[in-house]
Amino acid sequence: MVRAVNPDYTPHHPKWYRRRIPIFWWIRKRAYVKFIARELTSPFVAYAAALLLMQVWALARGGAAYARFLAWLQLGPVLIWHGALLIILLFHTVTWLNLAPKAIVLHVRGRRIPDAAVVAGHYAAWLAVSTFLVWLLVRGW
Amino acid sequence: MAESITIEVQRYRPEEQSQPSWQTYEVPFQPEWMVLDALNYIKDNLDGTLSYRWSCRMGVCGSCGMMVNGEPVLTCAAYLKGFTPGPIRVEPLTGFPVIRDLIGDMSDFLEKLSRVSPWIMREEEPPLSKGEHLQTPEQLAEYKGYSMCINCMLCYAACPIYELEPGFIGPAAIALAQRYNLDSRDQGAAERMKTLSDAEGIWACTFVGECSTVCPKNVDPAGAIQRYKLAATVDHFKSMVLPWSER
Amino acid sequence: MGRVKEPILWALFSGGGMVAALVLPALVFLLWIAAPLGWVTLPSYGELVELVRHPISRLSIFALASLSFYHWAHRFRYTLYDGLQLYHLNELIAVLTYGSATLLTLAAGFLLVAVV
Repeated sequence: MVRAVNPDYTPHHPKWYRRRIPIFWWIRKRAYVKFIARELTSPFVAYAAALLLMQVWALARGGAAYARFLAWLQLGPVLIWHGALLIILLFHTVTWLNLAPKAIVLHVRGRRIPDAAVVAGHYAAWLAVSTFLVWLLVRGW
Repeated sequence: MAESITIEVQRYRPEEQSQPSWQTYEVPFQPEWMVLDALNYIKDNLDGTLSYRWSCRMGVCGSCGMMVNGEPVLTCAAYLKGFTPGPIRVEPLTGFPVIRDLIGDMSDFLEKLSRVSPWIMREEEPPLSKGEHLQTPEQLAEYKGYSMCINCMLCYAACPIYELEPGFIGPAAIALAQRYNLDSRDQGAAERMKTLSDAEGIWACTFVGECSTVCPKNVDPAGAIQRYKLAATVDHFKSMVLPWSER
Repeated sequence: MGRVKEPILWALFSGGGMVAALVLPALVFLLWIAAPLGWVTLPSYGELVELVRHPISRLSIFALASLSFYHWAHRFRYTLYDGLQLYHLNELIAVLTYGSATLLTLAAGFLLVAVV
């Protein structure tokens, strides 16, 4: 058998191989894609917060400005974009609430509360907050 | 003639090659065989030059971890029939420098493990006449999950951050730090926090969560790290509010 | 930026993530989907102005907005840092992300204290 020889090799000296990490390492595995998708919800969170401030600002500038803001919200592309925004933010909510018990470990009388109960508590809080917002903002159907 | 299955093994023999290459072997397909059995068959019957680590072949020693079709697994616990019809790609664990073929260099982990003081630390040891340190089943349950770690390094191979930032202390070492922090007999949590509250400790983790998914012993290192972050944050705010109290 | 402690940044990130998770879906649905489509009727202009001027509302909107901005800053910083392997730009990315969040927070504070 003919053996190739690596000219850079020195006997009795380890010569490790380290792979180069691809720039888009996170598209190579489903779990990594999900991870990066979860992380990329953050700009949309910031957008929603900024838009809320814009709405408050429109309110502050008077009835005409507010009416213009509402008209903008009713544009077709804006509505489609905000539908997508809702889906992305729901993804944020679900991934966030499912992972919360990993950090939050609670004890009652020395006994650890099971993770499922901590998650259920978070979902209950989500329901409560959403119900409160409906109560606060909805005047009619 | 029994059925056979193709195994593609990443070879790296530094005296002969500067880049790894793939070598293909045909091994008999036995439904009760694990990937490790197939590698042993290759070593015994086809190619004695293949190098890899294994010892107990029963999921306890933690030495036979490899990437099989891109996922880190204990090869002694991965049935060939889980990868039919093949071919099965076997590579060394990612994140570690390859010494030869399927063997990675674990020295980095061992150095980091020693940094988190994975033993019971006491401010002062009570005299033997005081008897043993008693522990209730509830106190045991607090840390038992983290004590199941067999140092197989699958979590390091699953963690993209460890490969990207080799300074990161990494999942198993942090889970083992928690194993001692949460032990009612231990008093070293503050000491370990100094190492782990570093940017290369818990804060480098972005909670990909794959370490917990691949762990063959359900240690949940990702959970250990997030708990640690919360504890470190609470500690930090406490020391801001009560600066005179020793953490 | 290096001197700001990680626990503070992580607390802002987690607080923002939690508040956003609990509040934003309902808010987005009601304000920007259901109301423009006429599925629900919101309070009138006058009622809304009154509602927003209430001190609790001002405080809540400020908290929601600023925590959401810091949540974005922290998460996006690490997405850029690890996702694109921009280790050499660590400082710059930190200044840009946390800096933007701070500016946006100041703007939110100004809006809710002085303008509304």
